[in-house]
Amino acid sequence: MTFPSGTLLAQSALSGVFIGSLYGLLGLGVGLAWGLLHVINLAHFAFAFLAAYLCYQLASVGGMDPLLTLALIVPLFAALGVALQWLLERFDVSPLNSLLATFGVTAIIEAGIQWKWTADFRKLESTYAGQTFKVGSLFVPLPELLTLLASVALALGIWAAMRYTRLGRALRALAEDAPIAAAFGINRRAHALLLAAVCGALAGIAGVCLALGFTLTPSQIYAWVGVVFAAVMLGGLGSAIGPLIGGIVIGVSEALTMAFASPSWAPIVSFSLLIGLLLLKPGRT
Amino acid sequence: MSIIARVARWAGATCVGLALASGAWAQGGQPPIRIGSTLALTGPLAATSMIHKVVGEIYVEQLNKRGGLLGRPVEWIVKDDQSKPDLARTLYEQLITADKVDLLMGPYATGAILSAMGVAQRYHKVLIHHTFGIPAMAKYDMQFPAWSLGPNPGTTVPTTVLKALAASPKPPKTIAIVTSKFPSVHFMSLGARGIAKKMGVKEVLFLEWDFGNLDFGPIAARIKDANPDFLWVGAIGLEGNQLLEAMHKIDYTPHEHFYLYPAPGPMAKSPLAKNAMSVTLFEEHPPFTSAPGAEEFIKLYHERAAKAGIPDPTVEVQAAASYTAWQILEAGVRGAGSLDDKAIAAWIKTHHIPTITGNLRFDGPNNYGDDLMRVKQVQNGHWVTVYPKDFAAPGATLQVQ
Repeated sequence: MTFPSGTLLAQSALSGVFIGSLYGLLGLGVGLAWGLLHVINLAHFAFAFLAAYLCYQLASVGGMDPLLTLALIVPLFAALGVALQWLLERFDVSPLNSLLATFGVTAIIEAGIQWKWTADFRKLESTYAGQTFKVGSLFVPLPELLTLLASVALALGIWAAMRYTRLGRALRALAEDAPIAAAFGINRRAHALLLAAVCGALAGIAGVCLALGFTLTPSQIYAWVGVVFAAVMLGGLGSAIGPLIGGIVIGVSEALTMAFASPSWAPIVSFSLLIGLLLLKPGRT
Repeated sequence: MSIIARVARWAGATCVGLALASGAWAQGGQPPIRIGSTLALTGPLAATSMIHKVVGEIYVEQLNKRGGLLGRPVEWIVKDDQSKPDLARTLYEQLITADKVDLLMGPYATGAILSAMGVAQRYHKVLIHHTFGIPAMAKYDMQFPAWSLGPNPGTTVPTTVLKALAASPKPPKTIAIVTSKFPSVHFMSLGARGIAKKMGVKEVLFLEWDFGNLDFGPIAARIKDANPDFLWVGAIGLEGNQLLEAMHKIDYTPHEHFYLYPAPGPMAKSPLAKNAMSVTLFEEHPPFTSAPGAEEFIKLYHERAAKAGIPDPTVEVQAAASYTAWQILEAGVRGAGSLDDKAIAAWIKTHHIPTITGNLRFDGPNNYGDDLMRVKQVQNGHWVTVYPKDFAAPGATLQVQ
């Protein structure tokens, strides 16, 4: 095996950071819902893809700037998040059953996407897609950089909100012990719906990032599930910054594996990391 | 609408239906010949399966206009296998035992075809299939392929591609082979390694990735680092476009580049795919279009595919292979003069069948005949065949960077 050049390693690591930030962005909504609402929301991935297709439609057919579509997509998906949470509460769905129920929702959304946009590939051609700038010997594509910036800003913003605001403290208290939190006057239902709105909005933002950088096809929804769950588990359930760090660790480890050895070993390395962490720190999740 | 009006409309519709049914029955005085198949009408393979559905409908319609088969009209029963080979197995079993179809047509994609082949073998039914990618696994003696790869495509296909390049003004001295581990792709890429070595082209990079890989950035970086004269990409579907985009992001344009089974529409439309090569059995230009029936089929397909919402309504490998499969089945039944599967299989095995993809034979190993794969290239946003010369589009030659 020949040792890869410094540029190759750095470019690969950068690619890993970028893809890892998208794992983290998708994982942020999944982890918050899982850790704080006790909902294992597989539909988060379907929401993200639905948002990506809406962004594609608004930008390709409607002629909107893809980033401006966020103004429509974020409130729409916040409302979808609330609607899903309302339904799960209405039928008193347990955490394990939420996995099954949201899998069903995912299948329905996938079928809906396929009905509207067909199973064929869709690629958003935007002014951002082709923009790349050079930093030293490294090439930095704009869509990926925007995804990284959005992921970092949202993770830090949510972390700060959870830590320093009354609302954030209330949400953490509810996750810790809902009856006691309710005894202190915290409205569990209202807080849960608010957090679900945030998670839905996060799915919408992740969808726009997906549309900017990836070719879309409905079945791709499932390709992200395993690796994003791994990022969430590495980062810790309910954590705001953890999934981003977990995602970047996975992304970079996969990318460096691809640079040093065969790309087909990449998933083995990232999931070995996860298994190792779970063995060493079994109480982490 | 009043109840009387509804009843009158229902009665009218029933009368029309009965009249049509009796007309069809009268065509041969016998019930229709029922041909059963599944297609991936939903799920990840649905986009390509839709092509096969449109082609099947066109063919059956044409067949009935010609008077059907053996003096009987033909009815095609197609079920949705949801892109799941295990479901395809169950549905073929149902088609034979519950629906009692007379003949079978294959499903789409290698996995589902393998499933259907097992069922066909159990019930001794002939199975014509259009898109089977691993000839070595086609062991059943009454299966017949329309995807004319020849019995040993791992050797013959890379040989054709590298010969095309060797005949170009700038033959490659180095090759990078990067490939998905998707079964029908992987063995061809492994074959390319051996052929490149044999032809004196130095391998500077070999990489494999698992199907479903999300990050092509590091793979692109390694290709850029190796900077081969020729890049062989064992890609299926979207992977080719994903790799092209990843290379573009790091400001790398491959010199000569080949993609085994790309998504044809998206790749031809991509501005990054200039001079990208692939393999084909049929393109919409002479000499392919001079095959009997080809022009009419192309015209009908354009109309129907556009109506069905297929983004690229061009007849290329998938649609042509699908049409070919129906031509083989028709020829087999007419040749045997009966619906007896053994008689049909025996006839197909011993005859050459003219189709829009060529004059096919089925007397080789695993019923495969010649490898009819030719080299095509993206030129001005369209695929055109460039090699061998006899099949090249008028005036087209292999373009090199």
